[in-house]
Amino acid sequence: MQQINILLASLPDGILLGFVYGLAAMGLTLIWGVMNVINLSHGPIIALGMFGTFFLFTRLNLNPYAGLIPVAIMGLLLGVLIYVIAVHRVINAPHLSSLLATFSVNMIIIGLGTAVLTTSPYNVDFSAGSFKLGSATLLGTRLIAALVAMLFTGGLYLFLYRTRPGKFIRAVANNRSAAELMGVPSTRILALSFGLGTMLAAVSGALIATFFPFNILSGGSYELKSFVIGVLGGLGNPIGALFGGLILGMIEGIIPAFLEQSWVPVIEFGLFVLILLVRPSGLFGAKK
Amino acid sequence: MKLWNRYSGLILPVLVVAALAVWPVITGKPANRESAFTILKAVALASSLNILLGYTGYVSFGHIVFYGFGGYVGIFLLTEKGWSLWTAILAGGAASGILAFLLGSAILRLRGAYFALATIGVNEAMRAFINNFELFGGPTGITLNFSVYRDFGGAAHALQTSFYIGAGLALLALLLSYIVRTSKFGLGLLAIRENEDAAEVMGVVAPRAKTWAYVLSAIIPGMVGVLFFFKNGNVEPHDAFPLHASIELLVMVMLGGQGTVLGPILGAFAYQGMRGYLVTSPIFKDIQLSVSGALLLMIVLFIPAGAIGWLRHRVPPLRRVLA
Amino acid sequence: MTILLSLQGVSKRFGGLQALSNVTFDLPEGQILGLIGPNGAGKTTLFNAINGVYPPEEGRIMFREKEITKARPYDHARMGMARTHQIVQPLNELSVRENVMVGACFGHEHQDLGNASKIADEVLEFVGLAPRADQLAGSLNVAQKKRLEMARALAARPYLLLLDEVLAGLNPSEIDSMVQTVLRIREQGITIIMIEHVMKAVMNVSDRILVLDYGVQIAEGSPEEIAKNEKVIEAYLGDPKLAQQLLEEE
Repeated sequence: MQQINILLASLPDGILLGFVYGLAAMGLTLIWGVMNVINLSHGPIIALGMFGTFFLFTRLNLNPYAGLIPVAIMGLLLGVLIYVIAVHRVINAPHLSSLLATFSVNMIIIGLGTAVLTTSPYNVDFSAGSFKLGSATLLGTRLIAALVAMLFTGGLYLFLYRTRPGKFIRAVANNRSAAELMGVPSTRILALSFGLGTMLAAVSGALIATFFPFNILSGGSYELKSFVIGVLGGLGNPIGALFGGLILGMIEGIIPAFLEQSWVPVIEFGLFVLILLVRPSGLFGAKK
Repeated sequence: MKLWNRYSGLILPVLVVAALAVWPVITGKPANRESAFTILKAVALASSLNILLGYTGYVSFGHIVFYGFGGYVGIFLLTEKGWSLWTAILAGGAASGILAFLLGSAILRLRGAYFALATIGVNEAMRAFINNFELFGGPTGITLNFSVYRDFGGAAHALQTSFYIGAGLALLALLLSYIVRTSKFGLGLLAIRENEDAAEVMGVVAPRAKTWAYVLSAIIPGMVGVLFFFKNGNVEPHDAFPLHASIELLVMVMLGGQGTVLGPILGAFAYQGMRGYLVTSPIFKDIQLSVSGALLLMIVLFIPAGAIGWLRHRVPPLRRVLA
Repeated sequence: MTILLSLQGVSKRFGGLQALSNVTFDLPEGQILGLIGPNGAGKTTLFNAINGVYPPEEGRIMFREKEITKARPYDHARMGMARTHQIVQPLNELSVRENVMVGACFGHEHQDLGNASKIADEVLEFVGLAPRADQLAGSLNVAQKKRLEMARALAARPYLLLLDEVLAGLNPSEIDSMVQTVLRIREQGITIIMIEHVMKAVMNVSDRILVLDYGVQIAEGSPEEIAKNEKVIEAYLGDPKLAQQLLEEE
């Protein structure tokens, strides 16, 4: 009975968080799907998104949700920049090259971030109220974050399937050389895809900042979660990432009812390796 | 002359490691000994990783798991079961080798980035598991009883002995690397690296060869782990499985040149040397990570074969010496 | 006459495509079997089935009186089967000699490195790549890479050699010298199956010919019989150039 109470209290929270995790993972898996690059600078970009919200909120008094727009734009531009500087030259090189190239971007951001912002915790002092759902108390910020994550997912879907650049992205993901033959400007599309991926990462960071304290290193654990989710939903399948995020959120909501909280990562990463081995295309079967 | 031809590739690596081992003895400064130990440890780990990464072509992002796991097993046997340092080191190596054998049979089926991701998952799962594993002390880990140093004539002597064992393990790692590189088994690994399907068609039993390469690349890290945590006085999950250390090892191998015996040694030397300089430099010390990152990016973008690989391509007569 | 390789009712599907249906033949030791058919007829798929890259779903493959239907490619190699690839697969960052040594070390003779190096030099001499032994395989041109494929396969000293379009893309004088090479391989007692589009060559060197069309074995016989076979001519009518080449043989 006590377990059910804990479950009722933690499961809805886990699900709401799951949407935000899903959004972060969507950025990672979009980049993987389009250019077969695992972006190891994903975590620091999530952290930069958190700081984006923080500074817009504390310095300009901007509402965190209005602040999402500048954060998204900065995320997009940063991604394009990273692509041009660090990724484009190694896009056809062996995996080790692109992994290390994006990891070096990770080091650069973390190094500068630590020097400027230190590693002490920051906090966005913002509340959107709370309300009761049965015995559970839900924070308004988490509910809004989940709604925003859904909104972005829908937006990404419309962009990929209804607009010209979106169709180009899907064409390049499907077969880059064929797309090039058809006249798709592949370099620009790759840069745009990378930018969209980092934009989603930054936005998810901005949302997380409204309910958790953070520092420049905080993105790391969400990056790892994004790997897990990406594999759950099928690497390269952005919509699958949302479901993967929900599953991870539910796992995080359910496990504390039965085991110590500290077992959560054991189960998450165990599951991750297991799914890679048994169904590398993800639970929902990705493209191909 | 024949001997020279046969072993010429071994001369430079042995000289480098020997110089490192002797340097603190000559200068007599404990600080130099600590720097030399850090480099020797990096040499041993990077050379081991090179067997998997450089020879076999599998990118492991979680190789440090063998260092942490072996270290934990060895320290546990040392403190809780009263084993001697020597047997604990051997047991740590064996434990990591067995772990690699079990893991390898499963995850080496994955190729490319999927394998890299799986190794990250394994490292994180292991860290999280050890964090919950009461036998190994859970989140607080295991602290050595000070009395274990008594057998070595006190802590100072124990540190001295650890240093020599560290040099021995580095030497062992590069000998292993050399033997693999120049053996028939190693030729099979190189064939797998270049084209696994073609290698299988030529008769290389890839699943078996890959698993053994993984095991060989795991044993010495396990031994180094025991030694390091013995010297350190305690082991805890956070120190035993740092993901970034795995990536630093990749950087060292890449820096010097993957797939060569000398490359990882020079890479370890250069990387630790650069770090040592950056951390103490008044200008760079706050942003040393960023500077390292920028340098890494340059190398990846412009000399992906690493220093030794680049030299081998440019100056073919050097190929024999720079094996 | 011993049967080296025997296929009974071998079939292979890829999704909805029946790539091979019910292929059956016996290959006696010491012969050259030519494997011909229009593009997409399933010739390379048949090679992939024979050497274990894509094991067939149905049927049996016997090699030297052992069943190898479901065995892995390395098992085949270790039992004495070697092949070349239509799309060359050099081990780019290894030297030409090392490439060939891989064949000798891991084929059925399991040579040690010293012997493998000697065999590699002999074989490279034989295929005419000796001057390039120390070059990286990636730096060879396509014709040389085809010879390298051949050298790697020969270094294994196989009982059976599968040659996948070793003549494609070569000029007429290169074709002549490659045909001579193939005949000399047979003189060493090695049995050969060769996929070939250059009809004149394949008709000249083969003891028997097997024709595939849409995965179905439509004819098997001596070169003379094949050249007169109506089904074969019909199959090639979709490809008039090849039909012409075939008819010119008469």
